Amino acid sequence: MTTAPACVLAGVGLTAAGTLEGRSTISLNVEASRLALADARIDKDLVDAVYVKFPTSRLEFMYATKVAEALGVDEPTICGCWDQGGASNISMVSQAAQAIAAGEIEVALVTAADNPRSGTRQAYDKAWGTDAPYGWVGIAGGYAMIARAYLEEFGLASRDLAPFAIAARRHGAANPAAQLRKPLTLERHQEEDWIVEPLRRSDVCLVSDGGGAVVVTSARRARQLGVPAPIGVLGFGHAQKAQETIRRADLTATAARPAGAMAFAAAGLRPRDVDVAQLYDCFSVVPAMTLEDYGFCGKGEAPAFARETGIEVGGGLPINTSGGLLAETGMPGMQMVVEGVRQLRGESTSQVAGAEICLVSGQGGVMTTHATMILGSR
Amino acid sequence: MSGDLQELVGELAPVEREAWNALQDGRIAFQRCRSHGHPWLPARPQCPRCLSPEWEWEEAAGGAALISWVVYHRAFHPALADFVPYAVAAVELSEGPRMVVALDGVPGEAEPRAGAAVELATVERGGVRLALARLL
Repeated sequence: MTTAPACVLAGVGLTAAGTLEGRSTISLNVEASRLALADARIDKDLVDAVYVKFPTSRLEFMYATKVAEALGVDEPTICGCWDQGGASNISMVSQAAQAIAAGEIEVALVTAADNPRSGTRQAYDKAWGTDAPYGWVGIAGGYAMIARAYLEEFGLASRDLAPFAIAARRHGAANPAAQLRKPLTLERHQEEDWIVEPLRRSDVCLVSDGGGAVVVTSARRARQLGVPAPIGVLGFGHAQKAQETIRRADLTATAARPAGAMAFAAAGLRPRDVDVAQLYDCFSVVPAMTLEDYGFCGKGEAPAFARETGIEVGGGLPINTSGGLLAETGMPGMQMVVEGVRQLRGESTSQVAGAEICLVSGQGGVMTTHATMILGSR
Repeated sequence: MSGDLQELVGELAPVEREAWNALQDGRIAFQRCRSHGHPWLPARPQCPRCLSPEWEWEEAAGGAALISWVVYHRAFHPALADFVPYAVAAVELSEGPRMVVALDGVPGEAEPRAGAAVELATVERGGVRLALARLL
């Protein structure tokens, strides 16, 4: 088994999800951070590092120091933005853990917020260069290109992606804070219009305003400060793919494979040790391919794994138990970290009985960036 | 204005402008390193293998293989509204570089297959000239 974790997630916070008219991304970061610090019962004055996810929908200079100033943390030891899309959250926790282990800092706030639903979508709406007149625009197209290659290679079809949307929607329906609480059936999924074929409406994540934050510190410091329910980090993994999706030699070989292998090796665990997983699901095909590349099943076998082992609560490996990006909030990933902590504290709205090990994945771009984190309650 | 695809191109770096201008003249061009012969796309000012700034344009012969494709059923920009549903494909030129192209017709009747041979040509659409792949 594993050695005691050096780094812990001391507290988590999540704002409301959906349309938050008039809320700046900085105010959402502040609200999420206030909730996370209160959850950790750590005084704000002890925060000596602020790691902020780049708000993807609007470009802004010196964004992290603006957030730190709004938090009243005027002179943090470390402060900066991480620009890696949905892998940023776990990457920032990893960076914080390393700085803590090196003795550079003691208490880090890791926070992410955006308002693409009610605010600007400046960064998404601009022209995209010489590929754009082909209509090769938007994020969904890139994922659809990978999804088509995946379905083709393994003889699968749109209906095989449905279980991942159905599981998220069931868990979202059970979560009072979820933006989308309407369950989904296979029949309804198959009747839906295509967005970019082979992806249908329910295969595509929500667009949401909101923020999430986590307080990271050492296990020793958490004990000293009387943090009520710290959750240990057992291992991190990282990997990246080529920026241009179509240049990747194999479109169906994801960064989850090397990142997952690194995280399992660091934790001294194997896939069968995992009780529950939060797998980044901006599109339904992503948790399917992630499950496979993490080694829970073979390539092309995720749909069968979903049907036979079960990925809903009560099944062999429940995933995305708060609803994920497909049902809880389209926020790029911090909700998955928060839900991982809640599961191991026994606080989930779709609680997995006796869950002790939770795997969390984050990824960004078009399956470009990837980060993995394994959490443990003991 | 609906149907004007030039507005989607936006500002281009000089080397991207050269590739785009060649396409507007009906030539599908890629870059080849003068030092070691490595061919590449998308257009950039240095060889991504040896980082040399010494390279030249080469015209693609037109043979390619289909890697993957998608069909857009929604217009993600008003300029694309006249064209949905439309198909976009990723292809690998016989010379090596990969690129995004328009795929002739909307798949459905004759399903394409990954790895299928395609022939590239150029076609007018929405006020610009684009590369078009036809299944052989």
